[in-house]
Formats: sequence, structure tokens, C-alpha cells
Amino acid sequence: MIEGIGVNDFLVVSTIMFFVGVYGFLVRKNLITMLMSVELILNAANINFVVFNKYLFPDMLQGYMFSLFVIGIAAAEAAVAIAIILNVYRNLKDIDVEHVSSMKY
Amino acid sequence: MDRLSLLIVIPVLTIVVIGFMHDYKKVRLTAAIGAGIQLLQTIWLMFSYLGERRSGNTEEMLFGKDVVWYDHGILNIHYAVGVDGLSTALLLLTGIIVFAGVFASWEITNKTKEFFITLFLLATGVFGFFISIDLFTLFVFYEVAVIPMYLLIGIWGTGPKEYSAMKLTLMLMGASALLLVGILGIYFNSAPDGGELTFNFIQISNVVMDHGAQRFFFPLTFIGFGVLGALYPFHTWSPDGHASAPTAVSMLHAGVLMKLGGYGALRIAVMLMPEAASEMAWIFIILAVIGSVYGAYSAVAQKDLKYINAYSSVSHLALILFAALMFTQTAHTGAVLQMISHGLITALFFALIGMIYSRTHTRNIHEMGGLLKVMPVLGVSYLIAGFASLGLPGFSAFIAEMTIFVGAFENHDLFTRVSTVLVVSSIVITAVYILRAAGIMLMGTINNKEFELLPDARWYDKVAVFLLIAVIAGIGIFPNWLVEIIYTDLGPMFERMSSQIF
Amino acid sequence: MVTELFQYTIWIPVLVFLSFLIVGLSGDKLSNQAAGLISTSTISIGMVLSYYTAYEYFFVHGLVNGIYETFIPVNFEWLRFSETLSINMGMYIDGISVMMLVVVTTISTMVHIYSFGYMKGEVGFNRFYSFLSLFSFSMLGLVIATNIFQMYVFWELVGVSSFLLIGYYYFKPSAVAASKKAFIVTRFADFFFLVGILTLSYYTGTFDFIELTDPSGAAIGSFAGASFLGIGALTWALTLIFIGGAGKSAMFPLHIWLPDAMEGPTPVSALIHAATMVVAGVYLVARLFVMFVLGSPEALEIVMWVGAFSALFAALIAITQTDIKRVLAFSTMSQIGYMMLALGVSGYGGEEGLGFTASMFHLFTHAMFKALLFLGAGAIIHAVHSNEMTDMGNLRKYMPITHITFLVAALAISGIPVFSGFFSKDEILAAAYASNKMVFFIGWAVAGITAFYMFRLYYTIFWGEEREYTHTPHEAGKSMTYPLLFLAFMAAVSGFIPFNELVTADGLDFHAHFHWNIAIPSVAIAAIGIWVATIMYKNPSKTADEVSAKIPILYRWSHHKFYMDEVWMFLTHKIIFKLIAWPTAWFDKKVVDGSFDGIAWVTNKVSDKIKGLQSGQLQQYAATMVMGLLGFVLVLLYWMTK
Repeated sequence: MIEGIGVNDFLVVSTIMFFVGVYGFLVRKNLITMLMSVELILNAANINFVVFNKYLFPDMLQGYMFSLFVIGIAAAEAAVAIAIILNVYRNLKDIDVEHVSSMKY
Repeated sequence: MDRLSLLIVIPVLTIVVIGFMHDYKKVRLTAAIGAGIQLLQTIWLMFSYLGERRSGNTEEMLFGKDVVWYDHGILNIHYAVGVDGLSTALLLLTGIIVFAGVFASWEITNKTKEFFITLFLLATGVFGFFISIDLFTLFVFYEVAVIPMYLLIGIWGTGPKEYSAMKLTLMLMGASALLLVGILGIYFNSAPDGGELTFNFIQISNVVMDHGAQRFFFPLTFIGFGVLGALYPFHTWSPDGHASAPTAVSMLHAGVLMKLGGYGALRIAVMLMPEAASEMAWIFIILAVIGSVYGAYSAVAQKDLKYINAYSSVSHLALILFAALMFTQTAHTGAVLQMISHGLITALFFALIGMIYSRTHTRNIHEMGGLLKVMPVLGVSYLIAGFASLGLPGFSAFIAEMTIFVGAFENHDLFTRVSTVLVVSSIVITAVYILRAAGIMLMGTINNKEFELLPDARWYDKVAVFLLIAVIAGIGIFPNWLVEIIYTDLGPMFERMSSQIF
Repeated sequence: MVTELFQYTIWIPVLVFLSFLIVGLSGDKLSNQAAGLISTSTISIGMVLSYYTAYEYFFVHGLVNGIYETFIPVNFEWLRFSETLSINMGMYIDGISVMMLVVVTTISTMVHIYSFGYMKGEVGFNRFYSFLSLFSFSMLGLVIATNIFQMYVFWELVGVSSFLLIGYYYFKPSAVAASKKAFIVTRFADFFFLVGILTLSYYTGTFDFIELTDPSGAAIGSFAGASFLGIGALTWALTLIFIGGAGKSAMFPLHIWLPDAMEGPTPVSALIHAATMVVAGVYLVARLFVMFVLGSPEALEIVMWVGAFSALFAALIAITQTDIKRVLAFSTMSQIGYMMLALGVSGYGGEEGLGFTASMFHLFTHAMFKALLFLGAGAIIHAVHSNEMTDMGNLRKYMPITHITFLVAALAISGIPVFSGFFSKDEILAAAYASNKMVFFIGWAVAGITAFYMFRLYYTIFWGEEREYTHTPHEAGKSMTYPLLFLAFMAAVSGFIPFNELVTADGLDFHAHFHWNIAIPSVAIAAIGIWVATIMYKNPSKTADEVSAKIPILYRWSHHKFYMDEVWMFLTHKIIFKLIAWPTAWFDKKVVDGSFDGIAWVTNKVSDKIKGLQSGQLQQYAATMVMGLLGFVLVLLYWMTK
């Protein structure tokens, strides 16, 4: 239990983080910034996992473990995404998401 | 290995052997040998079938074999094969046409290997279809036979080949979707009194399917097969398909593949669901009558030889479906005879058209003329094919058509008799378009000086043409043995069927 | 009656068929001489055998207890339809079939011999002989048919051999058109024939002539009460069958193919389109005569009127034609109309059956003199190299044998006493007089017209003014003149054969007495016809032109064959091609095909529209996903809080 900080405060922070991430993902055109926005979304979820674990089931560890997993996967995802972005850049000399549409239909 | 499965194994083996070859001469030689073995096998099968019957074996399906293929949960699929008179005769037909087809495509030098592989794949499907007793196996072979058409027309065809190949495949696939529903419907109603469900159509024919189910699944199955059998108005894939296909493919396609439709419509749709069939017959009789007259009139107005023949096929195949719906043993015999006869004659036609086209490089009859003088063998053969097709006595079509007409006329009601008369009238129009084409193309003066130097038939052309003519005339002059086989073997089926509807 | 007798007769068609196979399949490997010899010798053996058959039938075995019996020496099942119905192939020996055997083999042999000279040096000499053999085989098979379906089978084969022979000069467009026309018109008639056979077999359950023509009426009885559109089923069946016969026998209005069929070589016209094939319709009606006369007098009445009308119609056309073969063709049609008429007026048995006997008698005599006329015409054409009468004249000087034989034939067909045509025509007119006066007068008038146009033909060819010939005409060779002499002999004397004792409807002979009241007027009108022709055509004069100028409309109508060709042209080209075939093809291409293409087009277009959603814009996808998710969550919330 963390004194003076209620569960609502955590949730407000994570919600803001989540929607900031969504907003960034939808609006920013740079692929790297979009990747960063995804990280924000993931970390917002991580906060929720940790907080709910702490407040609801203090003697269990699943929430912590899950957030660790998410961190691990996010790292892997970032690696893959960066690799893709690099390749996109090599082919298009550009990482604007709106220009990456040559494989539609 | 049982001998019927050998009929599938040989073409597959031929494909494998061809796969290892590179020289096109060796490839076509191998193909000829493979087709020859297959022809000998079907002849041998016919003789042993006759022997069995003569020694008093009255079992419905001979040389049968039944292996469980997939039996889990709700599905009970067998690999079940067996033949009776109908399928033996049609197998023999297939053997002959595949053999003739190989010789008719002797001059294919573009991707010869792939061509023969695909051709033999098609043949495998057809052979498999005719030996199957299990509906599911039958459907699988049906699909195996249909798919190679797409490649054969799309790659080796002429004219708007992509369009034709696509149209043909799409329409036949659409039909097989209906057919699949129909077959599954039959399967799930195959044991109305409880017990194990089965795909085996011999077993199914012994039970009376639920009437409601029959009414629902009969049209699906009949149309599903009917599309392949050029049922009006689902015939439009066939003129374009035939016109674009290479010679051997047209032969195989019109000669045997379209017979799968007639065979299925008769043996599965009508025989397994006779109640619904007799109830709804009038709709399809009207369509068949339209098809036969309409196809003939359409042929009158064509200029392209292949179109003439394709529409003539529409007209003649409508006779098969018409006869299948006549519910007399004679008419059903006629339907099977017509399958065989039309298969041979139309294969001969397409072979000849291919040979003429490869010389003149045109199929427009108005651009030809007096060819009889330049290429007497091909010209005379074309005339013979024409006479056979218009039902001249001494050729097989006469036998088939007369059996159908006499059988159809055995019905008592006015409707079927009036429709029979209408169908009979199509033979007059047949004479018109056959003689019109022959008159313009073969007779008269040679209007193109270049044609005067064209060569006549080569030896491989003659193999294909003379084989087919010999069989057509053979059946036409000595018809009774064949009629006997088909008529007697239809007997038990027909009895079961008539016990349900009359 | 199945019998051991007459087993050898089957060799007649078999031999001829073998000759067809040998000559036909060997192609050019056989020399012309050998091909001609094989064909001619087989048909000659056939002729001898059929004479022997006729002798044995009429004078040795045929008469059993005073009735001419029917024998079936050979009969085997050819094609089985069901337990009760099958087509048999066999041989039916009775009076008319034996007579037909004699006619067919005789004329065919003469034509075979004649063609040696006539066809000499033609391209496709062997082909010609193989087709002749094929035709003779088919015609023999037709004649000896034991059942109506066997007859139909050979009927079709006869049709195709006729097609092949008319189109013998296949590089000549007019010959091709004529052969096509002949085949299609007769095929059209055969369609009715086939439907008639189907109807007949449906009610009687048999194809066999013996059962069908059982005089006790068993087969006829099975039609009792059956009718369609208010007309009895038997009348329908027989009328339909008669239409088939009318097609082959060139009866109005199905006669249009016959004049064009003259495009074939002249021996072919003599064999097929004068003496044998075209009388197949008469033979068919005669075969089923018992059914007609006992079962359906209405159908027989149709036969009578069609025959009478065709006789008059064709005779009127023959007057103005200028192509000698066409004159003969219309004359053939007219004479066959006579035979049909005779069958139509006939009753059954005894004196009443005179018409039947007369018809068969006339068939026989007509075959002889008409074949002679055609072969004579062939000799003339051979000499002059033209078919047109205007290119001939005063030929009696150059071609004495042809002249004399032609005169004999012309006298025979005109019905001048002592010659054969007189006797048969007299019997026909007598039968008609006894039955229907109107028909009698038509027949009587036709006799006069016949005499007139035959002598018009005779005088313009052999008399009249000398033409300028490119090279002097000369008499044909021996292979051509011997058949002419033989046939002239037959045409002169065959009238003395006592047909009334040999060939009758019921097999019983009857006593025919001579009808003075008929003979005198008929000879008189024939004499008038000849006299008029003599005035107009014997010496070069303007009389003929003056007469025709006075009646221009009649002349024009007759000259254009009453515009029947134009009517048929309209029907086939305008109606069948323009109004049915082209629209059908158009309908198929545009509507049926178009609707399937339309389905494909719609699918294509729809997918084209839908594919825009797959824009490739990542953020668009994400926004859609988020919106969707939000919407889903909102709905879920709303649903849960309700």
C-alpha cells in the first residue's frame, strides 16, 4: 500500500498514458514515433497490471510476472519493428507511414 | 493392387515417368505408351466383364474393392470402386479417346512435358470418376478432372484463352459447390431408419430417402452435374471453352469430361432421388428440349468450326439429360449410348478440326473452300464425322438417338410425347448445320491459292482418326452387344427406381 | 412365314455391299477398269439372282393355295430396344418386293454399264462406282425390309447416297447446293416419317410389316379410340409416314429438291431420281397399304389428292422448261403423282384393288421408260455438251439409235397403245374412274399434257432446225447404246406382263378386263397432245412463241415453276436463318452468355469498390480498429448497465 496515493491516481495516469499512446499512434506520421507510442500503450497496460495486483491480490505475483513478460515482448517487438523500419527506410528513403502503402490490394 | 485401381495408377505412373524426361519426343512416346496400356486395360476390362456376366455373375458391381479412407466422427468416407456395364463402357470410351487424343496432340512442342502431365492428370480424374462407387471419392476425382482444364486451356489454348479458361473453371467450380451440397445432403439422408451413414451409392439406392430431403437436394445435384453436361442455360462455358482449348483437350473435354455430367445426373441425381426427379422432371425436360433445339439453331449461325461443333455438343448432350428424365429403361439405355456415341463423334470432330486448323490457320469456314480436293483423307473423314453426327444409320449416333426416341415415346402422357417430337426435330437442324459447314469448307472451289499445297493427314493423324471412325462405325453396324450390356445392367437399378415412383 | 427358300436372295445386297467396300476403301489403288468391273459384275450377278428369285417366287413357290404368300428367309435382331421391341434386319419376299428387286437391279445394272462410257475419263471414276454400289445396296435393303424401322435405316442410307451422287461434282457450287437441298428437304420429311414410326410402334408395339399389315386388322385395332386434336391416331401415324414418303418421292410441296438434283451426273439421275429412289415413297405406301385402306381411308384420301395435284402441277411446269433434264425431272414427279393417285383410289382386294396393282405396274413400266429417257438424254448431253434444248436440233441425223430409243420411250410415257405405258396408265385411269371422277379428269388431262411436253422435247431435240455445233455430234459408244436398246425393248413390251395376276393388294389374283371406255379417250387426248406438239415444234415455226406470248402470265408462272423455289427460299433463308438461327445465336452470345459475364462483371466491380478499404494506410486501419473497439465497449457498457 503506498501512502497518500490511491488506486484512482494510478489509473488516471495509466489512462492518460494509454490515450496519449493511441493519439500518438494515430496521428504521428513518423514510424519511430509511432513505435514509441506503442510503447506508451504497453506501459500503460503494465501499470494497470502492477497496480491491480498490488491492490487486489497482494500475496500473488501473476500481475508482476505478466508485466515483465510484456516488457520482454515489447523489447523484442521494438527490435523487429526497428528492423522493419530500417528496411523501409532503405527502400523508400523515408519513414513516413503514409508513404508505406505500395503493397496494398 | 486390384485391377480397377490400376486404372488410376497407370496414368499416375505415366505422369511420374514423364516428369523425369526432357526431350519432347521421348515425352510424347511415353505418353502414347501410357495411353496405349490404358486402352488395353480398358479393353481387357470389357472382355473380363463380359466373361463374368456370361459365367452368370449377376452381382451389381464387379471387381469391387472397398477400403476405409477416413472414418472419424460423423464422416464415413471409403475408397470404394467397382464397375458395371455402364461404367465399363464409359471407361472403354475414355481409354479410346485418351489414346486418340495423345496422337492428335503429336505436334505440341511448346512445354510438351507439362502438357502431357496435365493431360494425364485430367485422364486420371476421369478414370477415377467412372470406377468410383463412393460419392465422396467420386467427387474428389471429379475435381481432379476439372482443375487441369484451367491450365490446359489457359496455357496451350488459342484465341481469348484466359477468358475462356477462367469462365469454364468458375462455372464448373460453382457447379461443384452445388454438387458438394447435394452429395452431403444425400449422405446425411442415406440412413433414414438409423444406422450408419454411407457415401456408397449402391447402398443408398437401396433405401428410400426422405421425400423432403429429396426435393431439396435433387435440383442441387442435378444442376451440379447438369452444368458439366451443358444443361441450358448453364452451357455457355462450353462453346468458349471448346473454341479456345487445344485439340486433345477439346476431344477429352467434349468426349469424356462432359459425360461425367450426364453419368452423374443419371446415376446419382435421378437414380438416388427418383421421387423428386419424377416430380420435378418437367422443369428439366423443358430445359433439355430448349437446349437441344436451341443448340442446333445456334450452330446454324456460327462461322467458326469449333463453335459449330460446340453448339452441336450442347444440342446432343441435351439429349442425354432429356433421356435421363424419361424414366423408361430404354430411354436410360439410350442416354448411356448417347454418351458413348457423342463422345466418340465429337472427339473425332475436334481432332479433325484441330488438324485442319493446324494446316489452314483459320477456323472460319468462309475462308476455306474446296478442301476435299487438297486433303482428301481429312475431308472424307470430316464428312464421315458429319454424317455420323447427324444420325446416319451405320454410325453410333443413330443407335443412340433412336433408342432415346423410342424409349421416350414409351411414356404415356402428352407432355413427354410432345417434347419428344420437339427433340426429334433437332435432327433436321443438325443436318442443316453439318451440311452447311461441310459444303462451305470442303466443297466448292478452292478460294485460297495457298491452300492448294497443304499436306494431307500424317500417320499420327490417321491413327487418331481411323481408330475413332472404326469404333463409331463398329458400334453403328453391330450395336446389339453394347446395348445388351447397358440394358441388362440398368435393369436392377431401374426396378428399384420404378418401385419408388410408380 | 419363315422359310428355307430364297436363301440365295440375300446375296444380292451382300455382294453389292462388298463391292462398295472394295471399291470404296481401295481408293485410287484400283484402276478405273477394275473398279468399274467389280461394281458392274456384282450388280449383274444381283440382277440374275433377282430374276431367278422372281421366277421362283411367281412361278414355283410363291403361290400357296391360290394366294401369293410372304416369305421371310432371313431375319435377325439388330438393335434391341426393350423386351418386346427391336429392330430386325431381314428379307421380306412378296410380290412387290420381288418386283422392286427386279426393277432396282435391272436399272442399276444398265446404269453401271452405261456409266462406263459416260463417266470415262472423269476425275473420281472409282468414287462414282463405289457410290453407285452404296446406293444400290441401300435401295435393295430398303426394298427387302421386313420392318418399318429397317426401311427407315435404309431410307436414310439411300438419302445419303443420293446426296453423295448429286454432289459428285463437289467443286461445282451449284451441285453442292443441290445436294444439300436434296438431303435437307428429304431429311425434313424423314422427321415426320420417324415420328410416324414412333406413333405406330407406340400403339401396336411392333415394327414388323407382317404384324402391321395383318389383314385381320389386329394392329389396326390397337389404335381404337386413340386420337389427337380430333383426328384418329392411326390417321396421324399414316399421314406422318406418308409425308416421309412424299419427301423422297418429290410430292408437292416437298418436290423442290428434285429438279435441282439434276446437277448430278446423268446416269445418277436415271438410276436414283427417275427409276428407283424416288419411287420409294410409293413403295412405302404400298407396303403399308393394308393399314391405309382398312384402317384410315382419310389418310389414303390425302395420298390420292397429293398425288393428283402433284401430277398436274408438275406436268404444267414441264411444258415450259428448257433444260431437258429438268423437263424429265418434272415428268418424273408427275408420273409418281400418278402412282400415288392410283394407290389413293384403290380399294382392297379383287377388282377394287385395281388401283394398287396399277400403281405397281406403272412403277415398273415407268422405271423402264424413264430410265431410258434419262440415259438417252445423257447420250445427247454427252454429244452436244449442253443441257439446254435451245442448243439442240435435228439430232436424228447424227444419233439414230438414241433417236429411236428415245421415241419408244416418249411413246410409252404418252400412253400410245402397244407400248408399256399405255397399259399401266389405262389401269390407273380405270381405277380412278371407278372411284373418283374428279381425280379421273385430272389424270386424263395430265395424260394429254404429258404427251404434249414429251413430244415437244422429242421434236426440239431430234427435229427442228440444225444448230451450229462446235464439233459434230456423234452416236455414243456401245457401252452406252446397249443399255438404251435393252431398256427400249423393256419399255416397249413390259406392258404385256400380267400384273393383275402377280402383284395384288391381297395376294389373290383377279381378272382384269380391258376398259374401252377409258382407253379410247385417253389415247385420244394423248394423240391430241402429240398432234399439237407436232404442229408447234416439228418444223421450225413461230407458233410456240406466239402461243406463249398470248398467255404471258401462265407462261411465266409455269416457267418459274409456280415460284415454289422462291417460297422455299423465303422460308429457309428468311425464316430459318434470319428469324431463328441468327437471333438464337445472338441471344446466346448476348443474353445467356451476357448474363453470366454480367455476374462476373458485377463481382469484379463490387470487389473493386471494396478493395478501397484496404488502403495501405496503417493509421487508418488503427483508427478503424480503435473506433470499432470503442463502439464495442460502449455497446457492451450500455447492455450491461441496462
